[in-house]
Amino acid sequence: MRVMAQMSMVMNLDKCIGCHTCSVTCKQAWTNRTGTEYVWFNNVETRPGQGYPRTYEDQERWEGGWTLNRRGRLQLKAGGRLKNLMTVFSSPKMPSINDYYEPWTYDYENLTNAPLQEHTPVARPKSLISGKDMNVSWSANWDDDLGGSAGLGTKDPVLVKMEEKVKLEFEQTFMFYLPRICEHCLNPSCAASCPSGAIYKRAEDGIVLVDQDKCRGWRKCVTGCPYKKVYFNHRTGKAEKCTFCFPRIEVGLPTVCSETCVGRLRYIGLVLYDADRVLEAASEPDETRLLEAQRSVFLDPHDPVVMREAERAGIPRDWVEAAQRSPIWKLISEYEVALPLHPEYRTMPMVWYIPPLSPVVDVVTETGVDAEDSRTLFAAIDTLRIPVGYLAELFTAGDPEPVTAVLKKLAAMRSYMRDLNMGRDGDPSIPAAVGMDEATMREMYRLLAIAKYDERYVIPSAHAEQAHGLEELATECSLDYEGGPGMGGSGPFGEGSGPAFSEPIAVENFHMLQTRQTTDTVADPATRKARVNLLNWDGKGAPPGLFPPKPDEANLREPAGPSGETRPLPSGGSDGGPTGAGTTPGPDPQVRP
Amino acid sequence: MTTTLATILWVVVPYVCLAVFALGHVWRYRYDKFGWTTRSSQLYESRLLRWASPLFHFGILAVFLGHVMGLGIPKAWTEAVGMTEEIYHFLAVSIGAVAGVCTVVGMALLIYRRRTVGPVFSATTRMDKVMYLVLAVVIALGMWNTVAGSILNLGGHYDYRDGVSVWFRGIFRFSLHPELMAAAPLGFQLHGLAAFFLFALWPFTRLVHVFSAPVGYLWRPYVVYRSRSDRLGARAGRPGWERVERRREPADR
Repeated sequence: MRVMAQMSMVMNLDKCIGCHTCSVTCKQAWTNRTGTEYVWFNNVETRPGQGYPRTYEDQERWEGGWTLNRRGRLQLKAGGRLKNLMTVFSSPKMPSINDYYEPWTYDYENLTNAPLQEHTPVARPKSLISGKDMNVSWSANWDDDLGGSAGLGTKDPVLVKMEEKVKLEFEQTFMFYLPRICEHCLNPSCAASCPSGAIYKRAEDGIVLVDQDKCRGWRKCVTGCPYKKVYFNHRTGKAEKCTFCFPRIEVGLPTVCSETCVGRLRYIGLVLYDADRVLEAASEPDETRLLEAQRSVFLDPHDPVVMREAERAGIPRDWVEAAQRSPIWKLISEYEVALPLHPEYRTMPMVWYIPPLSPVVDVVTETGVDAEDSRTLFAAIDTLRIPVGYLAELFTAGDPEPVTAVLKKLAAMRSYMRDLNMGRDGDPSIPAAVGMDEATMREMYRLLAIAKYDERYVIPSAHAEQAHGLEELATECSLDYEGGPGMGGSGPFGEGSGPAFSEPIAVENFHMLQTRQTTDTVADPATRKARVNLLNWDGKGAPPGLFPPKPDEANLREPAGPSGETRPLPSGGSDGGPTGAGTTPGPDPQVRP
Repeated sequence: MTTTLATILWVVVPYVCLAVFALGHVWRYRYDKFGWTTRSSQLYESRLLRWASPLFHFGILAVFLGHVMGLGIPKAWTEAVGMTEEIYHFLAVSIGAVAGVCTVVGMALLIYRRRTVGPVFSATTRMDKVMYLVLAVVIALGMWNTVAGSILNLGGHYDYRDGVSVWFRGIFRFSLHPELMAAAPLGFQLHGLAAFFLFALWPFTRLVHVFSAPVGYLWRPYVVYRSRSDRLGARAGRPGWERVERRREPADR
């Protein structure tokens, strides 16, 4: 047994309202630089839909992830090592910019500079790739909320797998949102595809990162990742991917996407797993048993043997304790309500989902029957093959059994808790029908419905003795590094070349944002320095530079220093700040005694 | 008889260029690890690239091996293993011509693509343009030597293995023969000079990616694990404040 800790996430899809706040804040924090315009570390897809990039789930076309070869051994779907190397000069299965979309901006200057004329001047869309005028015909969320679905929805690779006759019916009936980030897999095929060995999994917390100094731009990771969550920065020629906001995680803060999630549907915590058994589990011949295989790799953090082995593997005591309190462990292994996205890719993904019950509830409500009665819901889950079939294609390689089981648990919870909330006695037969006891059901309800900030995010920080060297921590001035502030920019060999960037990401962010806000060109100038610093924003107040200064304010106030201090929100800001409710210990309207 | 010009051209220039080549790479690697990349433009355009890039790269790899054979291996060695002049010549010209044609066609397509595809052209740096020019000149001169010299035999027979090769090996063995190069046909002289100029340019262009050819991929484990303590944070340590390594307790107590 080789115990390793994995930082992982669960998203409760019933709560996702598709507001894209996670995508926007993530982009603001990480990918608002030139070269990453089309890069969405976090995106929210409407289902049914094609996803981003278009039809990425069609692995017969894109050849991402792993597959079993004829001898039953695990192999990259794109081919063996030699084939991988021989196709390095022109990666055959890499999506082109058109499979994502051509990013654009608008020529706003024309609105103010146009001469007096009969017609109102317009801001023409300009391509951020070529700088030319362009017609906007696709984007990351073109089919948001099933927009244009009559023609597009049927191209959903998941829907294609389902029977022809259910397709139309499905489109008319069901819709839900699927927020996606990098899965930080236990068996990452992007890392396995990287010829340079630049993509690595951090031994401490399992976060998968790209070493920007080692990446040589061979583009194999883009093909290797079946979720298409490794992106190619076309200006620097390097791969970039979701970092699980590691600078925040290291100091115990949740990722930016979780922090800003309006529906509070994301949970972050540790999972302990047996690294020696990952390969065996990923090689499970029966695709529908991969879910079970992956669950069997996780280790019970309460088990004394596991605790001893964890200590032997050098996992600190407080990390094991955090794993015991982990909401992820509870949702995945205790309540068994979370499911992995596309386990059939065999990468052992570590961002899991609680499938949505609401499509079923909606259908039942429409028929006029009591949609919170457990028997009605159970019957509906059994009868409504369409949503279950679709969810099964997403989460269990097509096996409806586990999806049905999860939906029934959610239905049981709904109907059991209604009795309690109405002041009636709980009906113990309802939890029993889904194999749970009343106490567990109430615990699960608390975690799913009213869990507070520190219950949703159980993140042990990196250790204090390492603090001085961590990415983000104010033990020294954030500008106090070799070369001083304001250095960098575009070197003689193109974007981002020049001396190694030794500055903290926060400082880089600050300068990038400043440049962007004061630039007078249409597209962003060739610089890496125009990002706002949301990374060390804890939701209290507004970091300097988040909003452009108001004209009157700019004169009154001293210019905000780049030292990371926050200033109070502009007038109208509430005490908790826009997303700070989770951090304030005040009364929560959702709590019922 | 060695003139001053010959000494400068065939001794001084090669050594200067090689020194720039070697030191330049060391400097570039230390100064600009982040910029050390292929700068692939596949995201913008892949229809032309799909054919042109493998054609060029495999072609140039074969050409490189041909040069190792022609310049690196003394004539006496190939004769010692029983390879006659005729066989050698036939092999070199036939394989070399195929590889050369692949390279030239691939390069022509790539340059055409770079110029005509808008996004690719706008991602081209000034250094790229200089590099393309020099590389194209070197390849064109080399192709000319093969076609005009070895196939058509314009300007009479010239066995580079008795001339250019001896001079080239001499550079590394410090046994200098500028007179051999001074006597070589103009095509070979120009090709050699252009090539050394390209070497001097090499570390400052995207050509550095040649030295990160990922051969190690064939042997390394699929998934790379790295411990955070390898490199804490993105911040470089300050002099005098280096981290004291704390050794982890032995695993089995």
